[in-house]
Amino acid sequence: METILALLVGAFFAAAVYLILSRHTVRMLLGIVILGNAVNLLIFTAGRLTREVPPIIGASMTTLPSGAANPLPQALILTAIVISFSFFAFLLVLTYRAFQELGTDDTDEMRLAEPKNDPLPPGGY
Amino acid sequence: MAAPSSIPVDLSAAFVMAPSTLGDWLVILPPALMICAGAVLMTVRHRIHLHGWIAIPALVLLLLVDFALLVKVVAGGPVTMTMGRWLPPFGIAFTVDLFGALMCFAAGLVALAAGIGALKDINASGRRYGFFPFLMLLMAGVSGAFLTGDIFNLYVWFEVLLISSFGLLVLGSEREQIDGALKYAILNLIGTTLFLIAVGYLYGVFGTLNMADIALRAREIEGAPLMTLSALFVLAFAMKAASFPVNFWLPASYHTPRITVSALFGGLLTKVGIYALMRVMVMLFPLQREELSLLIGVLAALTLIIAALGMLAQDDIRRVAGYAVIVGIGNMLAGIAVGTVAGLTGALLYALHSILAMTALYLVFGRAAAISGSVSLTKGGGIYRLAPGFAFASLALFLAVSGLPPFSGLWPKIMLVKASLDIGAWWLAAAILLSGFLTTIALARVFLFAYWRPAQALPLAQPGAMTQPGAMTQPAAMTQPEAVAQPEARAQVRSQLGGDAAAAPAAALRSTPAETWPLFALIAIITVFGLFPELPLSLSQSAAEGLVNPAAYIQSVFPQGPAP
Repeated sequence: METILALLVGAFFAAAVYLILSRHTVRMLLGIVILGNAVNLLIFTAGRLTREVPPIIGASMTTLPSGAANPLPQALILTAIVISFSFFAFLLVLTYRAFQELGTDDTDEMRLAEPKNDPLPPGGY
Repeated sequence: MAAPSSIPVDLSAAFVMAPSTLGDWLVILPPALMICAGAVLMTVRHRIHLHGWIAIPALVLLLLVDFALLVKVVAGGPVTMTMGRWLPPFGIAFTVDLFGALMCFAAGLVALAAGIGALKDINASGRRYGFFPFLMLLMAGVSGAFLTGDIFNLYVWFEVLLISSFGLLVLGSEREQIDGALKYAILNLIGTTLFLIAVGYLYGVFGTLNMADIALRAREIEGAPLMTLSALFVLAFAMKAASFPVNFWLPASYHTPRITVSALFGGLLTKVGIYALMRVMVMLFPLQREELSLLIGVLAALTLIIAALGMLAQDDIRRVAGYAVIVGIGNMLAGIAVGTVAGLTGALLYALHSILAMTALYLVFGRAAAISGSVSLTKGGGIYRLAPGFAFASLALFLAVSGLPPFSGLWPKIMLVKASLDIGAWWLAAAILLSGFLTTIALARVFLFAYWRPAQALPLAQPGAMTQPGAMTQPAAMTQPEAVAQPEARAQVRSQLGGDAAAAPAAALRSTPAETWPLFALIAIITVFGLFPELPLSLSQSAAEGLVNPAAYIQSVFPQGPAP
């Protein structure tokens, strides 16, 4: 189970890095989404993976039964999903605004903050 | 994989119902206070005249709480508060040691300064889009990051400050800002995602996320991929701190928003990265830091030199300030690379100096651009004549940033150079000195062109406009024929820089207390810090000792001895 998930995480990371290296912001965004999911799966794999015993403490028990799934990574992932989703929503809006305002989604052409022919400071006066 | 816990747990400890003492609440109060203030400000989002009345007292309160926390930590050592009685290592614990308390206090100081400056600098539209709520939430994130004792919680606070910084960065929606924000947002998001990857692996290796618990176990564990982990942490935090070669988002974005926002970012955000790097690499993984020290040292040297050269190559003074932030990061990294108590003291002292000095530098440059009429070195000039007092204060700040006596930049730099010579890293000491030299040249050139040189003729020059009384606060300037400024051009620049666009040209040069007080107060603090460095020095030294030997920190989290 861990091996399959590890391979899946690797594939996700590869796809994410490939997409993030693109010049186009939309592709970069897709890469970031995949990266976020890869990390979530990674945290999931870092916990204890079982299919049989849910992490529930019954009425007569004081601790988790042995071999139960690990609830902590799931709590971590829940937090990470919320965060990465809200960031994705923000970035999506920002990219759309950038496309509207700057007329391009190619990061090589976005040179407003750092103009290409920025003047050098004066050498003397 | 995390081992199943077959050890019997003593549950009685978790059911202690004794109320926390009032002093313990100080640990959680700074972020809680800021979140509440942010929430209140959100509810009155459209009544912008109320914002200042709520935000400034909240920031004053934050500073007081930070100060009380600092006093408590100095007097009694690290303080821990556990949330909801989920005892460590399971629950989220807020643990503050001297290091965190010092950083928190410095952050509170610049937040108050920036908040007061914003009363004038942020116009109605900036407020309506929520400058003050974002400022509160940013401070919640920053204080939370400095105070938390749980590494996943650190990630969450990173995200809190990151999303508020996005909000602040796009405030106003200029085209330039959107360009800068896009690069800032994507690269910083990748940086925090790298951090999250490292946290995931950390949990896989240790099965715990509590920093004190990890600090205990990392010294014992053998054969775990801890080098990979620490390398990931170094990459992630170096990216947050804008160290070379992952620094390029900073000069691309920090000069685009309103100058108060730049000042906040320059003072706070990169230092949170340095804080996290020191916390993780020095306290949690000391052995791995030793292995990586050459790498961190080379990064530090390259950051120092390349950022200083970057300062020399800029015409826009706000971008000069951006590279000055990165030079400071190089100095702090050098201290981490050295890793001795002396080196870490230097790094920490430099971080405190840098939080104050970088905020002040951006505020000074914003004011300078408003007075001289341009952010460009080629076009600006004449500040010395128009505002001699301000020019004098700026010079003091420039000396502090360059690390020249008698101001605050000197002492950490001496410590860093001496610490690197002590371990035989002469090249690191040389890089620190060389970059200090280049910084001095760059800032001296700013002073030469923007301050000393007579005002340049701008196409909008209207000499007659200056005869109105009250056009300037400095009466001396009225009698100088060369000082005849270009009020309209200045008003234009001012509105770009964040002044009120509707302001009359004559009002462009009038400085209000909201603009000048925080700036002069910060410079005064820097000067006092430089003249009497004993107190910050001794505090930083005990903080650095606490990082190298976290016994007191661990003791504070596990009063009954380490968890099984």
